[in-house]
Amino acid sequence: MHPISKNIVNFLDTVGSLSFFVGRFFKEGFKFPFEMKELIRQCYLIGYNSLLLVMTTGFIMGLVLTIQVRPTMIEFGAVSYMPAMIGISVIREIGPVVTALICAGKIGSGIGAELGSMKVTEQIDAMEVSGTNPFKFLVVTRVWATTLMLPLLVFVADAVGLFGSFLVEHVKGDVSFTLYFNEVFDSLVYGDLIPATIKSFFFGFAIGIVGCYKGYNSGKGTAGVGLAANSAVVIASLLLFVIDFLAVLMADIFFEI
Amino acid sequence: MNNSIKKEEYNTIHQEEKPLVKIKGVEKSFGSNHVLKGFDLELYPKENVVILGKSGSGKSVLIKCLVRLIEIDKGTVTVLGKSIPDLAQEALDQIRTEIGFLFQGSALYDSMTVRENLRFPLRRHKDRMKGRDENELIVNALKSVGLEDAIDLMPAELSGGMKRRVALARTIILEPSIILYDEPTSGLDPITANEIIQLILKIQREQNTTALIITHDMDCARVISNRVIILQDGINYAEGTYDALSKSQDPKVKAFFKEVKSR
Repeated sequence: MHPISKNIVNFLDTVGSLSFFVGRFFKEGFKFPFEMKELIRQCYLIGYNSLLLVMTTGFIMGLVLTIQVRPTMIEFGAVSYMPAMIGISVIREIGPVVTALICAGKIGSGIGAELGSMKVTEQIDAMEVSGTNPFKFLVVTRVWATTLMLPLLVFVADAVGLFGSFLVEHVKGDVSFTLYFNEVFDSLVYGDLIPATIKSFFFGFAIGIVGCYKGYNSGKGTAGVGLAANSAVVIASLLLFVIDFLAVLMADIFFEI
Repeated sequence: MNNSIKKEEYNTIHQEEKPLVKIKGVEKSFGSNHVLKGFDLELYPKENVVILGKSGSGKSVLIKCLVRLIEIDKGTVTVLGKSIPDLAQEALDQIRTEIGFLFQGSALYDSMTVRENLRFPLRRHKDRMKGRDENELIVNALKSVGLEDAIDLMPAELSGGMKRRVALARTIILEPSIILYDEPTSGLDPITANEIIQLILKIQREQNTTALIITHDMDCARVISNRVIILQDGINYAEGTYDALSKSQDPKVKAFFKEVKSR
């Protein structure tokens, strides 16, 4: 087979098996009994353990954005629009996308490597012969955890990012906390918040499902584990941009942003 | 088949008992690689059957077919009178509690302590252990492998031999009637390997289990087995006691023993 044809076949094969994997998640993800204890543990590991990284990234994002944009806004005599501009861009786009990309790197690769090594060392088989459904215990809990935790992490990143931006405005423009955040909230409408929140759930789902899919189907020994972790990040990051594009398109239709 | 003990003769030994495991004409392929080409086996109560074969001969595939970790292409697999390929998931999970499985690399859950590893099989099958204290079961299982002090350690803190013993404790915690051992002594030094062999024999004596053992280790096969099957070219090529097979004049059996012993 020609190398290009082989790549196309491989791509279609991956899309097909990923679709089956997603289908299996929806089939098993809503069925009793739920692995609640494991779900809570995963929410803690995924959410709490990513908090510091997400807060640091969000804070720097707010600082840098404000420092870089401020001179241009001054040039156009529009510095009073700074809080509104930063608020809208952080809430609508930068907060969710940057947080999701950070989480794709941290959480997606972690899930891919963990499940990959469990597969290689037959831990998943051991789970199955002990009468536990490994898909439900390992995949469903992790995908629900990323789906539920990512919007919360985005919320934290947005808040910290706006605070970082306020610090710059306070130092350089002597803007008070109340004035800054009044300006931010006055500029925001539901059309900014709702699509951003909805797409955060999809981002979380994509990170979880891709990480689990790559880990759960990894092979080729320990080399396969590295490959699973690596490709989980690459595919999830790519998917995030596709989802983001679709979300912006839908928001444009339904909220006329 | 080149039986060192003829099959008919062997069946007369067990004529009053029904086999716990019956495998007939099992075939399994992975792409163009035909691993099993019509394998037959009957495993009787309290027997220790060892399956010997070269690497890649399909030994591990065979025991994974017994618990449906791998689906067979053709043939029948019956365990405790139930056809494994035809069972619904719930019934399969139920029958899996009767089958212990010791994996080659121990397969302990890395993120759980020894206690949690042993608790894991119990969580789905509390009804089976009705009225018995969970912690007591865990401690007793660990005592039987001599590792009660390791109860709160993580698998990463254990040596290879300790890991295998914890895995053995996890295998027997539900008191299965059949235990499948996949290379129980691989990767262990001779002293630790001998300890594992003695533990397997002790467990069989105390719990009256039936065992199917996959191994490369000829000492393990010699000490543990009541019967040995040589898996070659996807079929049970030869069958008999260890002594009978080691003295066999069949060229392939002779070559196999010579090759394994020279390693």
